[in-house]
Amino acid sequence: MAELDKNDGSLDSTPNVTDVVEVEAADETAAVAAIEAPVERGEPILQVRNLVKHFPLSQGILFKRQIGAVKAVDGVSFDLYQGETLGIVGESGCGKSTVARLLMTLETATSGEVFYKGQDITRLSGRALKAVRRNIQMVFQDPYTSLNPRMTVGDIIGEPFDIHPEVAPKGDRRRKVQELLDVVGLNPEYINRYPHQFSGGQRQRIGIARGLALNPEIIICDEPVSALDVSVQAQVINLMEKLQDEFNLSYLFIAHDLSIVRHISDRVGVMYLGKMAEIGTDSEIYDHPTHPYTQALLSAVPVPDPEARERGERIILTGDVPSPANPPSGCRFRTRCWKAQDKCATETPLLAIPERFKSVDSPAAHESACHFAEEKDIVGAAS
Amino acid sequence: MTIMDKTADIPAPRAGGSDDSPLLEVRDLHVEFHTRDGVAKAVNGVNYSVDSGETLAVLGESGSGKSVTAQAIMGILDMPPGKIPQGQILYRGQDMLTMSYEERRKIRGQKIAMIFQDALSSLNPVLSVGYQLGEMFRVHQGLSKKQAKAKAIELMERVKIPAAKQRVNDYPHQFSGGMRQRIMIAMALALEPDLIIADEPTTALDVTVQAQVMDLLKELQTEFNMGLILITHDLGVVADVADKIAVMYAGRIVETAPVHELYKRPAHPYTRGLLDSIPRLDQKGQELYAIKGLPPNLLKIPSGCAFNPRCPKAEDICRTEIPALVPVSEQDGSELPGRGSACHFWKETIHG
Repeated sequence: MAELDKNDGSLDSTPNVTDVVEVEAADETAAVAAIEAPVERGEPILQVRNLVKHFPLSQGILFKRQIGAVKAVDGVSFDLYQGETLGIVGESGCGKSTVARLLMTLETATSGEVFYKGQDITRLSGRALKAVRRNIQMVFQDPYTSLNPRMTVGDIIGEPFDIHPEVAPKGDRRRKVQELLDVVGLNPEYINRYPHQFSGGQRQRIGIARGLALNPEIIICDEPVSALDVSVQAQVINLMEKLQDEFNLSYLFIAHDLSIVRHISDRVGVMYLGKMAEIGTDSEIYDHPTHPYTQALLSAVPVPDPEARERGERIILTGDVPSPANPPSGCRFRTRCWKAQDKCATETPLLAIPERFKSVDSPAAHESACHFAEEKDIVGAAS
Repeated sequence: MTIMDKTADIPAPRAGGSDDSPLLEVRDLHVEFHTRDGVAKAVNGVNYSVDSGETLAVLGESGSGKSVTAQAIMGILDMPPGKIPQGQILYRGQDMLTMSYEERRKIRGQKIAMIFQDALSSLNPVLSVGYQLGEMFRVHQGLSKKQAKAKAIELMERVKIPAAKQRVNDYPHQFSGGMRQRIMIAMALALEPDLIIADEPTTALDVTVQAQVMDLLKELQTEFNMGLILITHDLGVVADVADKIAVMYAGRIVETAPVHELYKRPAHPYTRGLLDSIPRLDQKGQELYAIKGLPPNLLKIPSGCAFNPRCPKAEDICRTEIPALVPVSEQDGSELPGRGSACHFWKETIHG
């Protein structure tokens, strides 16, 4: 895929938006119009700014009071460009799935903005929100529990049309569903079967067909292949890449398998405990990681090559991810970091191009939230 | 301070076992499940062996029979519906399938122990971790509750659980995933077994924690010179720790090889397909190689080679004749020790 040129706008700049704070009835039409407008390839389609989601922890039965909050997502900013795949990696509990649910407006953000084509979707409602939801669809992790066992495949894939009837008129739905089955590589005659009659890989194809039904512009994939066998994984990844080219989709691809993320992504963001630790193009992250967490994560991945066993150092992190209800002060990674110093406990590092790389024209000059960012080749030695 | 001072009541290696027989040998094992829809043939003639200090990785997709084989070795298969119509499982030369229940029970836990995949559902949620760890000592060695708890604390320290003394009375849900897996490992190690069977020990864990747990397992294995059967579907983990590999497909071993050899020159199209379907750096942007089709239904395994409907090399002979696991040799006929392939066209696959 062509390299998308997109590092020009810094993440802190709020996009140029006409006032969307109050979406009045008159504005709603304007908002819908903005949402329906096409976006050029390589332009940002989704801009996330300081997104925060805290889940309250309460105590008491009759008189509930809040005693704290699980800071699942705590100030995440990134852009998704039209036609690209942005991979998000991180350990379980780092907030990557919560980000996905926030973008889908399945959860309400505590604060922060998500701009879809300039419209802040956290404040939209009614017609405009419906239009946004049509354009952002999701493929879930577990193909066994994300399909209703009592519905036929035709009903599952056709259900989005009940909510958005403008996409497919009533008489036309069956044909549309069959078309979708064909697109994802399933036999259109399977339309009356039930989910249990399919294997894991086929079910994930059904999930993808459902995601495609409304011709969305963005598909958020939350660990779409982690429940599948190795030989089937490759089939589903190939299908997703084919569909991206065919329908001009933008993917937000959440996964914990770093090699698959590298294969499919144009850019990669690494999350740790509710914050973005590092973000850049795939080669910037994999070949020139500057954040210690990224380096540790990359070095922990077992390489499918026994010759790599002898490769020199391997960073093994000690301990577990701290609780997001009570994250460490300053840099959140400092409790497991081998570089941590006093500064890390007091000052939260910002996600920005590190000072020392600013003037250098090297792949290490990408955004990294570390006071002591330093380039280290982890993958290169092994591959 | 080793926790594992061998106590006297652990029987010495039995008279029946000769010294040169491998630690564990599985011979022509068959397992089938009788279900309402027919007979599911989960394991169809598996042979493998493990020695002390050796790591055998059993690689395969879901439904390939890798876990069922392990359960048959441990004697924890549900029977019925499971059934072992044929085969031998030899522990130091003694067939465990013909042993009495009591004899078998002495081996299970003391000589062969198992680590399960999902630590949360393998641990009892209503009993404290210390109690569950101590159970091994109370049941097998008849220690008192107090002694058993002291041993449990030592075990937890052994697997590097911080603040073991304070945490011994905690319940499984109070531990993180990695810590729970450590407790499972501690439980398997409790009686210092000769062989550990680890069934997908790190599949449910994050990569950083997976690295910690695999390191610990490796370290303990070397220390106690244990045999290890590692059951997994992760080609990366296998490359990291295994000595030799057995690749399973539809209840059969389709290829065996030392680890370096297998990755360099696979001798079975299925192994080759698996290796090719891992995303690689130099293939970025291209289509991934994918094995077409789906794993077979165990109720009706294809005739001939079970892999033939998905195999790019399949010919008529593959549809009629089941290929035996034959030794693989170099092009000039010299032997490749430890290598075998169950493919009619292994020569073309390895040398082609």
